Amino acid sequence: MKNVLSTFLRRPAGIVGLTLLGLIVAMALLAPVLFPVSPWDMSARPFVPPGQDGLLLGSDTMGRDIASGVWHGASVSLIIGIASALTSLVIGVTLGCVAGYFGGWFDLIVVRITEVFQTIPNFVMAIVVVAILSPSMGTIIFAIGVVSWPSIARLTRAQVRTVASREFVAAARCQGQITLSIVMHHILPNAFTPIIVAGSFSVAAAILIEASLSFMGLGDPNHMSWGYMIGAGRTVIRQAWWMSVFPGIAILVTVVAINLVGEALNDALNPRISRQ
Amino acid sequence: MSQLLTIEGLRITLPEGGDRDHAVEAINFDVARNEIVCLVGESGSGKSMIAHAILGLLSPRVKTTGGYIGFGGQDLLTLSRREMQSLRGGRISMIFQEPLSALNPLKKVGRQVAEAIRAHDATLDRAGVDARVVDLFSQVGLPDPERLKGAYPFQLSGGQRQRVMIAMALSNNPDLLIADEPTTALDVTTQRQILDLILKLRDERGMGVLFITHDIGVVADIADRMLVLRRGRMLEYGPADQVLLAPEHDYTRMLLDAVPGRGSVLHKAAGGAPMLEISALRKEFRTRSGPFAKPRVVVAADGIDLKLHQGETLAIVGESGSGKSTLARMVLRLVEADSGAVRMGAQNILGAGRAELREFRRRAQIIFQDPYSSLDPRMTVGESILRGPISFGMPRAQAAAEARDWLVRVGLDAQAFDRFPHEFSGGQRQRVCIARALALNPTLLIADEAVSALDVSVQAQVLQLLSDLKAEFGLSMLFITHDLRVAREIADRIVVMQHGRVVEQNEAAALFAAPQEEYTRTLLDAVPGRAFFARSAALSAAPQRKAMQ
Amino acid sequence: MRKLLTSALGIVLTIFAIATINFMLVRAAPGDPAAVMAGEAGATDEAFLAQIRAEYGLDQPHLTQLGTYLGKVATLDLGYSVRQGESVATLVMERLGPTLLLTLSAFGISLLGGTLFGAIAGKRQGTWTDLAISMVALLLFATPVFWLGLMLVLVLSVKMGMLPAFGYADIRAASYGGFEYSLSVLRHLILPALTLSAIQMAVYTRLMRASLIEVAQEDYVKTARAKGLGEGQILRGQMLRNAAIPVVTFAGLQVGTMIGGAVVVETVFSWPGLGRLTFDAVTSRDYPVLLGLFLVMSILVIAVNLLTDLLHRLIDPRVGVH
Repeated sequence: MKNVLSTFLRRPAGIVGLTLLGLIVAMALLAPVLFPVSPWDMSARPFVPPGQDGLLLGSDTMGRDIASGVWHGASVSLIIGIASALTSLVIGVTLGCVAGYFGGWFDLIVVRITEVFQTIPNFVMAIVVVAILSPSMGTIIFAIGVVSWPSIARLTRAQVRTVASREFVAAARCQGQITLSIVMHHILPNAFTPIIVAGSFSVAAAILIEASLSFMGLGDPNHMSWGYMIGAGRTVIRQAWWMSVFPGIAILVTVVAINLVGEALNDALNPRISRQ
Repeated sequence: MSQLLTIEGLRITLPEGGDRDHAVEAINFDVARNEIVCLVGESGSGKSMIAHAILGLLSPRVKTTGGYIGFGGQDLLTLSRREMQSLRGGRISMIFQEPLSALNPLKKVGRQVAEAIRAHDATLDRAGVDARVVDLFSQVGLPDPERLKGAYPFQLSGGQRQRVMIAMALSNNPDLLIADEPTTALDVTTQRQILDLILKLRDERGMGVLFITHDIGVVADIADRMLVLRRGRMLEYGPADQVLLAPEHDYTRMLLDAVPGRGSVLHKAAGGAPMLEISALRKEFRTRSGPFAKPRVVVAADGIDLKLHQGETLAIVGESGSGKSTLARMVLRLVEADSGAVRMGAQNILGAGRAELREFRRRAQIIFQDPYSSLDPRMTVGESILRGPISFGMPRAQAAAEARDWLVRVGLDAQAFDRFPHEFSGGQRQRVCIARALALNPTLLIADEAVSALDVSVQAQVLQLLSDLKAEFGLSMLFITHDLRVAREIADRIVVMQHGRVVEQNEAAALFAAPQEEYTRTLLDAVPGRAFFARSAALSAAPQRKAMQ
Repeated sequence: MRKLLTSALGIVLTIFAIATINFMLVRAAPGDPAAVMAGEAGATDEAFLAQIRAEYGLDQPHLTQLGTYLGKVATLDLGYSVRQGESVATLVMERLGPTLLLTLSAFGISLLGGTLFGAIAGKRQGTWTDLAISMVALLLFATPVFWLGLMLVLVLSVKMGMLPAFGYADIRAASYGGFEYSLSVLRHLILPALTLSAIQMAVYTRLMRASLIEVAQEDYVKTARAKGLGEGQILRGQMLRNAAIPVVTFAGLQVGTMIGGAVVVETVFSWPGLGRLTFDAVTSRDYPVLLGLFLVMSILVIAVNLLTDLLHRLIDPRVGVH
């Protein structure tokens, strides 16, 4: 564990990623303090360029403060990213693990379902689900979780099968250990590294899907989100570049940060690298 | 004698943080035309590094930092990249250990050989190159060269792939062939064929051959001269007969002594009742690529009948694909048999329920081949050992105390308890696996190629440990191996398997003295170093006889 | 022949599986499924709802309903859009061409570009070139595709005036000859195709780089060196094809993501394809169109996947042989 941490902190990717992520989290936490007024409220003239009228990032077509939107949007992105990644992890790891270890008809069904999902455009399905269930934080998290679990399940299944075929698992069976103990003590700990890494990348992917949904007008109408802001500024990009540029940078930085953390995690959890 | 290759004072430096500064140091030897020189050593001796250094094929992190490699009047260490490139595959060529990974999986083998020809002879036209490929393929004994040159590597057998590699190496009539463990990945009968081929080509072409191997039996079969390496240092160098028959260095003597299966065969008559009885055991593996595809059937067990007697060691010997490992796994029901019976006492294991199976597995423990994958890397070795007894209800404190005892018994330290597998060498891990198996007080021990991945000196120690423990605890043992020498070392009785069938079974002494089946004879003849060890045994027996008279 | 039959059967089954998901989505909606199928806002007309109920047998057991629905899918009846006054199949067919043009060109650009940049970075591992390529790939990989499109519009179209920002072709161009028209379409295609391919290209670049570095360690590369081939020959003759295998495999898995990307890209650039139709359907909550699009885009993924399968077979002789 000490090895893992020190390798993680020795990677520039890890440090930069953690720092950026820390900044984003701080933004999310400080938003209610710095911008106590709802980001939906009109607080200035419309179309104020950045730096004027005391507005750091300018105002949008309705006179709403862009900076307030960017700050408040951080928590929406993070919450949706993490919650939907967790949803897909819980579903994917459970199904993948059972399918991979026990095989049989259950495995066959899980494999077929993931194969079908592979041919489904994830984002389009998310659109349909959110549109039908009507947009809210809950339905967005549900939709993203539902379209992303199959890849986690596939990965878990493959990992579990690889580990289960290794001889220490056969030895554990011969030692008389019960199945649950073998899965919990031998298989999952050895199979988990790539799943954790994939999980961290799926947080980033979820944030991007959420942004696209909001951009399409399928965001939660009660929460300001970065994707919505870009979508709203899209038609006036010729006159007011700032309305789309700043929320976009916020998304970019958040996703880069999470990807960097994921990459450093990948190196740190890889015993070949961390034990050097 | 005109020397082809001369190496003087060679030193290869390892990247910082390794277990030593230099991979090899102060290496001096030479290779003449029409001569086979063997570099012998265990893993980590640096023998492969020397071979790679000659052609400048070391990985960039490893560097030659001193010495001289003379070939054709030039120091190879000072050649430019272009000069080295024209030498590679031209006057000096090389073959490697694992022929499957050494060939590009995406190209037809004929084309890969053609590339080697074109790289050194741009004038030859397409038909000329083609004719040469076919000629080379027939020289190395590949059947139907015209057809085989259109095959991809995955469509060939291991021996055929190595023949392709040799054809590629010969394609520009090299003066020197470097062979880096070229037979290690092959079955013993295939190994014999490849060794014969290399000898034949040496005689026909008068090439010099630098042959790297860990197997002193192979050395005895083919070497004119030999060099013994240990941890990067030369220990002994001279004509093979001289070094093998009168080794000067203790390490060389130890290597020779560690070769299994030279002493007298065990003569324990099969006593007592059969403790394990396998009858009419059958297993087919079917793989289907789709619901309409024709299934591919591999018969792993085709009606196997075996008896293991109380206190006996039964060796099951076969080449890859003979079904010997599947057999071991079917006994423990790690693989389910299609039909047949495995009886221990009156109980048929194949029909046992969950609880009965669990109890049977406690009494029948297994040790696997690969010491790296048979221990959970994320668990201390102590934990790995005690999980067995605990799952049968032993209190943790007692299980831990016993686990420490077992670690000492198998020749490790009680302190090993809290350490992780990666802190141990292969041999030590295998000792841990033995401790894990014995901690459950089994009556039957199944060893599935348990010493095959180990260096020969370590192999000897582990075999010794196994037979000591077996005697101490009155175990019966089912010993799966591909190596007749190992079987001879440890077994009371031997079963020879091929294609899922028992070819021959007999008392060890009888089987070695008078093999009944053609296949058993082929296997015996293929054992490397057989002729030499027979001769040296006769030589060492002779003076004793004189003394007695 | 057997293989062909197997894969054809697999495709048909997959399509029906997706149609079943579609069917379940409608049932998952709160309220009356007939209302969903009619289009929420457009059809409060009770007579029309009754007609739909009869047509889909909504009073029948669920299994019978599913059967009816699958039967309709099999005869290419994807429902009717009240809002557009048109059958969904017709609407989709009209928009299929532009989407195919966009996705296929983006697919080609991203695969070619990705393997090229990835190979350069992998071959020069640890140099400034590698660092630059890897950094750009990392950034692009994290960029929301619609925002990238907007930024390209802002820089290349609004500020520099180099390329048209919106639409499929100049309105005037339609009256010109075929060549002029194609040229105009091509100019309009550049920005959306670049946007859509950039993100995929980033993925393939990273993958190709890692794959090439791994392939460089393989024994057969050492063999190639040992037989006297030059570094350039080794890269072209041995490494590139082997390194491209995981990229092609992954490209097959990425098709769905790319089609999803096409939805937002078409929205940004007002590209008159299925994606733009999706946006309109979302905005007006036109469920029959949305569900039809979902099915058709899934079929599109299967079709492009066949292409990657073919590519895979061309590169790797081991595929399909056992």
